Amino acid sequence: MPEGSIKDGIGASVRRKEDKRFLTGSGRYTADITRPGQLHVHFIRSVHAHANIKAIRKDAAAAAEGVVAIFTGEDVAADGIGGPICGWVVTNRDGSPTNEPPHPILANGAVRYVGDHVVAVIAETLEQAMNAAELVEIDYEVLAPVVDLAHAGSGPQIHENVPGNMYFDFELGDEAAAAAALDSAATVVELEVRNNRLIPNAMEPRAALAEYDPIDDSYTLFTTSQNPHLTRLVIGAFMLSIPESKLRVVAPDVGGGFGSKIYVYPEEAVCTWASKKLQRPVKWTADRSESFLADAHGRDHINKVRMALDKDNRITGLRVDTVANIGSYLSAFSVVTPTILHAPLLSGCYRIPAIYTNVKGMATTTAPVDAYRGAGRPEATYLLERVMDTAARQVGMDPAEFRRMNFIPKDAFPYQTPVALQYDIGDYEPPLDKALEMIDYKGFEARRAEAASRGKYRGIGLSSYIEACGIAPSAVAGALGARVGLYESATVRVDPTGTVNVFTGTHSHGQGHDTTFAQIVADKLGVDIGSVEIIHGDSDRIPFGMGSYGSRSLAVGGAAIAKAVDKVIEKSKIIAAHLMEAADADVVFADGKFTVAGTDNEKGFGEIALAAYVPHNYPHDRLEPGLEETAFYDPLNFTYPSGTHIAEVEIDPSTGVVELVDWACCDDFGNLINPMIVEGQVHGGIAQGVGQALLENAHYDETGQLITASYMDYCMPRADDLPNFKVDYTVTACTHNDLGVKGCGEAGAIASPPALINAVIDALAPLGVTDMSMPATPEKVWRAINDAQTEAAE
Amino acid sequence: MTMVNLTLNGKQVSADVPDNTLLVTFIRETMGLTGTHVGCDTSQCGACVVHVDGESLKSCTMLAAGAEGASVTTIEGIADGDSLHPMQQAFHENHGLQCGFCTPGMVMSAIELVQDNPNPSETEIREGLEGNICRCTGYHNIVKSVQAGAKMMGG
Ligand code: FES
Ligand code: FES
Repeated sequence: MPEGSIKDGIGASVRRKEDKRFLTGSGRYTADITRPGQLHVHFIRSVHAHANIKAIRKDAAAAAEGVVAIFTGEDVAADGIGGPICGWVVTNRDGSPTNEPPHPILANGAVRYVGDHVVAVIAETLEQAMNAAELVEIDYEVLAPVVDLAHAGSGPQIHENVPGNMYFDFELGDEAAAAAALDSAATVVELEVRNNRLIPNAMEPRAALAEYDPIDDSYTLFTTSQNPHLTRLVIGAFMLSIPESKLRVVAPDVGGGFGSKIYVYPEEAVCTWASKKLQRPVKWTADRSESFLADAHGRDHINKVRMALDKDNRITGLRVDTVANIGSYLSAFSVVTPTILHAPLLSGCYRIPAIYTNVKGMATTTAPVDAYRGAGRPEATYLLERVMDTAARQVGMDPAEFRRMNFIPKDAFPYQTPVALQYDIGDYEPPLDKALEMIDYKGFEARRAEAASRGKYRGIGLSSYIEACGIAPSAVAGALGARVGLYESATVRVDPTGTVNVFTGTHSHGQGHDTTFAQIVADKLGVDIGSVEIIHGDSDRIPFGMGSYGSRSLAVGGAAIAKAVDKVIEKSKIIAAHLMEAADADVVFADGKFTVAGTDNEKGFGEIALAAYVPHNYPHDRLEPGLEETAFYDPLNFTYPSGTHIAEVEIDPSTGVVELVDWACCDDFGNLINPMIVEGQVHGGIAQGVGQALLENAHYDETGQLITASYMDYCMPRADDLPNFKVDYTVTACTHNDLGVKGCGEAGAIASPPALINAVIDALAPLGVTDMSMPATPEKVWRAINDAQTEAAE
Repeated sequence: MTMVNLTLNGKQVSADVPDNTLLVTFIRETMGLTGTHVGCDTSQCGACVVHVDGESLKSCTMLAAGAEGASVTTIEGIADGDSLHPMQQAFHENHGLQCGFCTPGMVMSAIELVQDNPNPSETEIREGLEGNICRCTGYHNIVKSVQAGAKMMGG
């Protein structure tokens, strides 16, 4: 898209409106906010993976300097405070419901993971709270932990109402059809993969500051949330049992989320509850160690895959059996992520006539696991794109050509998959071809040979993905177990002077909504982008909203904004028609001006806004004064971004280090509003996928201690781990939203891990290596090389 | 308690703080300049980078008392009134930030990097920023920003 061809409108790489405050240090994150008289809370967390709490002695701590209160699970129970709820449950194979155990905000009687919240120590200063915490004595009866996911079912039972440690046992697809395809296959490809456990690590640690106002018996909670309205709903209605109107939730600047800040956590609930009990503001800021222990983790699946091919190497069937680690409690979207957001994606961008999958969600004594950038789709894409490569190798085909011949052809849309989804539109060959060209696929063997001459193994790996964004529609989601709606709201308020305020229920924590959304409005209204203000993140200012996750902000929230703007234009046309004494139908709106067709009569948008608020000459019989419109948009379908990512690596056999030397990708996100911002999302997503594939791994030892609980042990991608990325696009516009957009926030993280692992396997394939698990650390790679060499020598 | 006197963004400041107060706490809490961030507790992330006597430093690794008499510059102190520092401008032009949380530390590290090496290569930039973690950008546009910032700073 030519940069700047449309000044500040849709399609222009407008520099971000929000940048200045972040660049000058005037961003306002939760931890930056202080309220007069605020107290500080420090949480004593479980040091055991699994234990009964026998006694808590807090007298000495209570008498320590500065201590104002010490709360335990008993206090929470005495006040009847509820816990976080699961926002989406599924029906089991046998028709029974998901087993939902209680989740108290402070442990009551038992702890179930290292980091579980046991005691809240509240003091005048944080240091005093931490010092007093040292004086609290807790007697634990230590129980056997459940850490090994593969055998979680035979471990000691963690929750009374979760027999066999199985929260749910979900299935989708036609088991008999998949079995028949496998039975009659010319080739059966089998693969078992582990989707490694990740810790989201948004750079801003979670934080909360709650204040109670006795005059109107109301609370204000500042919190690091991706969806303040849901936080208000959960804390208000389910935890504190107060009217929602008595709780204002503000999510100010938020320093990244990637899913981890969707959920309502115990800490923010404790702050809110305690602020009334103590009649003083209560603040909590996580340190990074707490983020590692108690933020919801991501991924952690074991997937057994069987794929059937006919004699022409066309895919005829697929069966996937998944065991998903859900952790110690059911976090808000922990059930939907490995089921509804995973199983329906198993068709990928391929025509697969028969698919069946079973997903068992297991309880373990580890931190709760929930959606992390991509949420279910990366797990589906990983296993599928790995098995595609395995299959291509097994039948001796080029992996790109094997994919191409199995793609859903472009004339097959709308395409109904055998796993519930109907893809509205797509065209998978152009992005594949473009990406192959961008990386010079044809020239690869020469590069491999050149690397070999330097003693390096070079490999190339592809991943052609599809994903589903903007989870929808509400009615279907409800039938599948969702407990929330999946629409988005927007209010567009035009001021008398023609400036525009847009109130959106989505939340920006790095995605650049202030700019992207303003571009949509500026483009549609023909006004300057500088006169459009985007307001989000405050439950008192926004009608209602679902927040930002699942790459839904633009496809759902942006679509709602576009609808609200359309309503503003419709009303303005009537005002303009009245002012120009014309028929409504004769008024045309373009470039910010209302004209009467065929005349040079015109009114500027500002003049109409003024007339709406100073309605001296106004169609009072037809319209109310004012110019403010609200729209709720409930999408008709998911959107389906797709594309191909290609990684090229070089491996040093003496160290096992995998160097990522090149990356090319071509994505179809539908229409682009701001290509610069989209590209940034792609870069960031790829980096997180590279982290998963090469560096990151959350590891609990057999006693249930989190071994990787700091940046010393959990390896984050740094600048020198990554190359520059080659990014390009193709466009098939989404058919069911007015903007034709699909969403771009997660694609990079979804597409990239299998591309990388396929590249690593390709590099080592000449040695006979056929498998590699994530993360492909130097040690693992070095061992694989050595084992292969030893085997060859024998 | 210790009396700490230092120059903060060109202004003379002093405060009586507990002996174990970290420089980052002094900046954020005692002085209320919240542009400097805290992203970790193991001195690994670089969100807290400031300049102490012109050298970039993770302000979570130093006691406030250790900066006695020093000149400390934070992200709030580098723009010239309304006009951004060239490095800030370069990050804006090149989309070098998303959520903005790593940004102050990243910009402060980048400025020092370019002061030491006015014409850094891509590899030198990537290695030079190894102490700053960004979870959002994938670094591609940060590297681009630093290259552009170096040019604008006269490299
Ligand atoms: S806060 Fe992370 S390095 Fe200082
Ligand atoms: S911009 Fe979010 S961490 Fe760097």
